[in-house]
Amino acid sequence: MSSFITVLLDGLAYGMVLFIISVGLTVTMGLMRITNVAHGGFAMVGGYLAAMMIRAGVPFFPAAILASVAAGLVGGAVEMTVLRPLYRKGELAQVLLTFGLTFVFIAGLTLLFGTNSQAVPLPDYLSGSVHIGFRDYPAYRLFLIATGLVLAVFLWLVVDRSLYGAKLRAAVDNPRIARAVGINVNRLFTGTFIAGCGLAGFGGVVGAELLMLEPFYALKYLVVFLVVVVVGGLGNFKGSFVAALAIGIIDTAGKFFFPNISAYFFFSLVFVLLLWRPNGLMPAKSAA
Amino acid sequence: MTTLPTRSGLAELSAQGRLGLAWHALPWVLAFVVFYMAEGYLSLWTNALIMILLTLSLDLALGYAGIVTLGQAAFFGFGAYAAGLFAIHVHNDPLIGLVTATALSGLFGFVTGILILHTQGVTLLMLTLAVAGLLAEWANRAYEITGGDDGLQGVRMGPVLGLFRFDLYGKTAYLYSLAVLFVWFVVVWRIIVSPFGRSLDGIRQNPARMRAIGTPVWWRLVAIYTISAAMAGTAGALSAQTTRFVGLTTLSVLVSGTALVMLMLGGTRRIYGAFLGATVYVIVQDYAAKVNPFYWMFFIGALLMATVLFLEGGLMDLGATVRKYWRRAPVKKP
Repeated sequence: MSSFITVLLDGLAYGMVLFIISVGLTVTMGLMRITNVAHGGFAMVGGYLAAMMIRAGVPFFPAAILASVAAGLVGGAVEMTVLRPLYRKGELAQVLLTFGLTFVFIAGLTLLFGTNSQAVPLPDYLSGSVHIGFRDYPAYRLFLIATGLVLAVFLWLVVDRSLYGAKLRAAVDNPRIARAVGINVNRLFTGTFIAGCGLAGFGGVVGAELLMLEPFYALKYLVVFLVVVVVGGLGNFKGSFVAALAIGIIDTAGKFFFPNISAYFFFSLVFVLLLWRPNGLMPAKSAA
Repeated sequence: MTTLPTRSGLAELSAQGRLGLAWHALPWVLAFVVFYMAEGYLSLWTNALIMILLTLSLDLALGYAGIVTLGQAAFFGFGAYAAGLFAIHVHNDPLIGLVTATALSGLFGFVTGILILHTQGVTLLMLTLAVAGLLAEWANRAYEITGGDDGLQGVRMGPVLGLFRFDLYGKTAYLYSLAVLFVWFVVVWRIIVSPFGRSLDGIRQNPARMRAIGTPVWWRLVAIYTISAAMAGTAGALSAQTTRFVGLTTLSVLVSGTALVMLMLGGTRRIYGAFLGATVYVIVQDYAAKVNPFYWMFFIGALLMATVLFLEGGLMDLGATVRKYWRRAPVKKP
């Protein structure tokens, strides 16, 4: 029983990291319709920057926030320079360009930092453990779960309850009509893209203990991020949340209980799910 | 408008590619020049031939039929393991092994194609990735069969046609690969000038209209996906037979990515685009990787971005693109 709960908590913590990172990809792929395979790169850039700042003496949280802002700005710069010309081109051009961008990220970070993995040192209050009734549990993972929940509620409030969210949903469901009623769809998307990359950067920092930061990070975890978004339903925040947690828990449980077949299990599940529901578990309205 | 080809295949191809008939001999003449000039480098060039074959297979599925796939490595690796295992356990004749591996890869492509080609866009992309991922995981786990991480070792090949042994200098391997590439080249060229090939063009441009005029869109896609898989399987089998080794990397997404880069670099739907792209890639990589592999990665990433942004038709269209920027006049797409 206790191992069951531990696996559940581990899975939740992992799922929350996946959610924080992938929610930005939901924006890019689901809302802006750019097949973006460079998303892991932004998470990686955030993580590297934070690692550098913390080593230079900046405390954990300011470093995490500064790094995510920086990742967001890098994202904004990329969107404005190389992604914008691609909006009207096909998926293929988008996949290729962002693939090239991923290569540039990987090579750039390797040239600057070498091939070794980078540690993001945790502050003392997160590196200990907390007693949770039946055993000691790492405070860091509890922190991840809490952060993920807070972010999910915050994003839900923003997307579901704010004017900005209403505009965003309108722009997704019908960009042409949204433009006609005076919403600046392009600016809205750019802002959302920056926010998404910032979140990815944040996820890269706080998730660094679970997803090791190394130059090939951007390719290694890409499939998982993409799966979260596609399984959740393109452009659906709630879907991404559910899919991220489900994948986090299933993957962790698989590795714990059936270590030999966990990767099969993961890919087979994705395969069957996508054949059964090509638009994901919860397709956004515009995709249905 | 899709019109049935009335001219002969080669003339059709010339008109398509704006190449004179004599130009069609050029790649093959060059291939023989390489054979006599590149003493000691033949294994590199054999690898280039194999990559051309893989890229050409991707061009069929992706360039002509518009199936956006990142899973070509699944068929390349499948063919490689099939050929390797066939040579170890069944028979060491290269041609029988090659044909078997090709057929099995085609079958594998047919089965997965039937399953996944109902979907499109990102979902299809993910499904192709999942197929490659599943296969790579199997190869990693099935240590007794595939050697897992260590790779499949002990592949010993008999002489080609019972006459030509694989020699130390790689001469047989090179000519053998060249011959196989030529056979597939003829097949591809027959396909793209056929009404079937034309219907793929239509499906890529507008599947709904093709369905409306009575084209069995899904079956056509499954058919070309099967052919493309068989061809990628041949490339994998050649790789296994000429290097006498199959590693897990044959199934990695990097293989699919590399083929994609080569195709875009050369130019899609140009038949010789695969030749040009793969050759340039292999040569530049050989030079750059000696300096620093990560400079190379940076370079290829930037090159890929530049190709997508400024050189849509790839290197095959370099002349036309330069003229376009020179005169600011629109370029006719092939």
